[in-house]
Amino acid sequence: MQETISFTPLAAPSAIAQLLWLIPAVPIVASGVIALLKQPRRKTAATLSIGSLSVSLLLALAAFIHVVGEWAHGDTIRETVNFTWLQFGATNVDLGWVLDPLSAIMLVMVTFVGLLIFIYSTGYMAHDENFTRFFCFLSLFAGAMLGVVISNSLLLLFMCWELVGLTSYLLIGFWYQKPSAAAAAKKAFLTTRVGDVFFLLGIVWLFAQTGTLLFYNGGAGSIETGALTTLLTQHAGLGLTAAGAIGLLIFAGAAGKSGQLPLHVWLPDAMEGPTPVSALIHAATMVAAGVYLIARVYPLMQAGALAGGTTTALTIVTWVGASTAVFAALIAVAQNDIKRILAYSTVSQLGYMMAGLGMGGVAVGMFHLITHAFFKALLFMGAGSVIHGCHEEQDVRRMGGLRADMPLTFLTYAIGMLALCGFPLFFSGFWSKDGILEAAQHWSVAKAPFYMLVFGALLTTFYMTRQVGYVFFGYWRGKKPAHESPAVMTVPLAILAFFAMALGLIGTPAWPWFKAFLSGSSITFDLHGFAEPGLLALMAISAVVVFLGLGIGWFLYGGNAPKPEEPDVLKKALPLPWRWLRDKFYIDELYGATVIAFYGWWARVADWLDRKVWGGLVSAVALGFRGLAHFNRFLDTNWVDGSFDKGCEELSTGGGLLARIQTGRVQTYLRLLSLAFVVLVAILIWSTRP
Amino acid sequence: MTPLAGYLLVAALLFAIGLAGALTRRNAILVLIGIELMLNSANLNFIAFWRYGPHPEALTGMMFAVFSIAVAAAEAAVGLGLVISIHRRAKTIDLDLMNRMKG
Repeated sequence: MQETISFTPLAAPSAIAQLLWLIPAVPIVASGVIALLKQPRRKTAATLSIGSLSVSLLLALAAFIHVVGEWAHGDTIRETVNFTWLQFGATNVDLGWVLDPLSAIMLVMVTFVGLLIFIYSTGYMAHDENFTRFFCFLSLFAGAMLGVVISNSLLLLFMCWELVGLTSYLLIGFWYQKPSAAAAAKKAFLTTRVGDVFFLLGIVWLFAQTGTLLFYNGGAGSIETGALTTLLTQHAGLGLTAAGAIGLLIFAGAAGKSGQLPLHVWLPDAMEGPTPVSALIHAATMVAAGVYLIARVYPLMQAGALAGGTTTALTIVTWVGASTAVFAALIAVAQNDIKRILAYSTVSQLGYMMAGLGMGGVAVGMFHLITHAFFKALLFMGAGSVIHGCHEEQDVRRMGGLRADMPLTFLTYAIGMLALCGFPLFFSGFWSKDGILEAAQHWSVAKAPFYMLVFGALLTTFYMTRQVGYVFFGYWRGKKPAHESPAVMTVPLAILAFFAMALGLIGTPAWPWFKAFLSGSSITFDLHGFAEPGLLALMAISAVVVFLGLGIGWFLYGGNAPKPEEPDVLKKALPLPWRWLRDKFYIDELYGATVIAFYGWWARVADWLDRKVWGGLVSAVALGFRGLAHFNRFLDTNWVDGSFDKGCEELSTGGGLLARIQTGRVQTYLRLLSLAFVVLVAILIWSTRP
Repeated sequence: MTPLAGYLLVAALLFAIGLAGALTRRNAILVLIGIELMLNSANLNFIAFWRYGPHPEALTGMMFAVFSIAVAAAEAAVGLGLVISIHRRAKTIDLDLMNRMKG
């Protein structure tokens, strides 16, 4: 970086804020170094990768502690470091990074969960030939994701965002020899790209309106009051202000990344990647990037809201989120692949987060993001451990009774599952989901999202019970007996399991630390938090829902799950809806019949145009040139060549004549020389004669 | 007849003998000898013109002749060296047989 760095004039950023760029830079540099390593240098690659992320984790913790410390003094801090990247004319394009509670907590989450997954990967990928390449991609991914988190500029965020998309592509297609993995990688890349086009449009629009892409710049940033006031005065049609429209365009990008309807199709297919990738990218971090993005630009989405009210943009976010939550939960009920169930569960939970953002604000959505990151990473890694132990078997119908064979995995998986279901009081998912439900209950626009989300919670509990019943209870239906995974895999599981339970403590109504931290207000422990009207009733409802789901699930699948060749219990009872769910509501087929068919048709039209129209044109031009060339050749052979050949002939004859004198005998030369001398003397005498 | 004319006549005669030798002989060494004769006739002229010229005290002619003799010696060495080298390759020093440079 050059000397052009111009710090915000308000206050000099603290040392840790100035060093914040190191957090993404270290893993990216490590990734570059690993890329240069030879394939057999496995240990070096893993050490570099894990070491670099550990450094990032330490820095992230330092940043987090710094923010918490300032908060304890009563200051909400938002430190930014901005610098000019490009300058053309009077226009500057600035980049920068920001340290505030939101980015601090995300940094800690990403580095911590990422580090555990890195460690777990050394066990899971131990036998893979391309171990080195895997860690190269993982590090690059972690760096890019951390870049998204610290960005203070929509442009820098977009760059890292695309880098995240790229690494996601590389990691999903890591086993590119499998055609399905290659196809899934392509699908993920293209589907998210659809969202990103809108995102880019939003960025350009925002830049055109406000002249800056920095989020915070001492009052002059694009999501600070000044810019928002300008944006609110402009109307974009359909009852939207420019702020809302830009927010929605950005939301389209976030929907692509976070697998919201209708761009969710890539996420379940992405399970073709190695399981640590699924855990890291498609559970804990990358898909959370979309939610984080919305949280980051929240002022834009919220701009123009009346007191206690909501905006069109937020309403749309809510509806999309709530529909996704129910839709994906429904599909998850009828899946048989252990990872696919979790994938749809992730889509569904991301819907919860979006709905939480839409109805309850940043803190509600982000709290669910953080808790979900921990327990979903736990579930995915548990699933990876199960797959590993069952010799790469992924079909839950061919498992069973694993609680005896894999006790540690079972214990941690059960904790993760209860956290995901929102089992009351002791699990983090309960508190974060409760926050969303509470927000939905008080939402002023409609009550439907509340019921949708409650229904979604019931479905979540049901499909998780079904999965656990299939995998861990009953009897072993596979071929080779399963075995427990090594400690390098189970220890990260145990750590995550601890957090899946403990994290709930920072977001209970009695001690809403998380919310207070994000908003910078003070916090006291107060049991009266529970006494809010309706809160206890809500908690009771959600507890009943959880028990209901557990009960139905256990009744249908507990201990007596059907054999692999037998149809599922639900299939026997409700064959038609079951088929719909199993085939994912035919969304893929719908896209195949519409979008992809259209592109196929369009490609054929373009091909026809190419061959017939443009090809004909090119052929005609070529024909013309060939005629011209023939004419040239005629001129050449008849005129140019004749005279040239004549000249050559003359030259050759002259040379032949002269060559006769060149006899090769010195005495001949001497003779000629003497003769010439005599002639010369004669001429001299002749000319001097008076 | 002045003494100078006598010297010049002797030199011209010497030159003619040298030229005739160089042109007619087939043996390369004899050709070289002819060339030496021609050179020495030229030296004789240098001395004669100096001795009977306008400034006999200036020693210019002698200097010239000494230079010429030194150059002639070098030339003879090179020439003989060439003859030896040719003899090694062609086993002959007959000039009529050495016509590989014929154009």
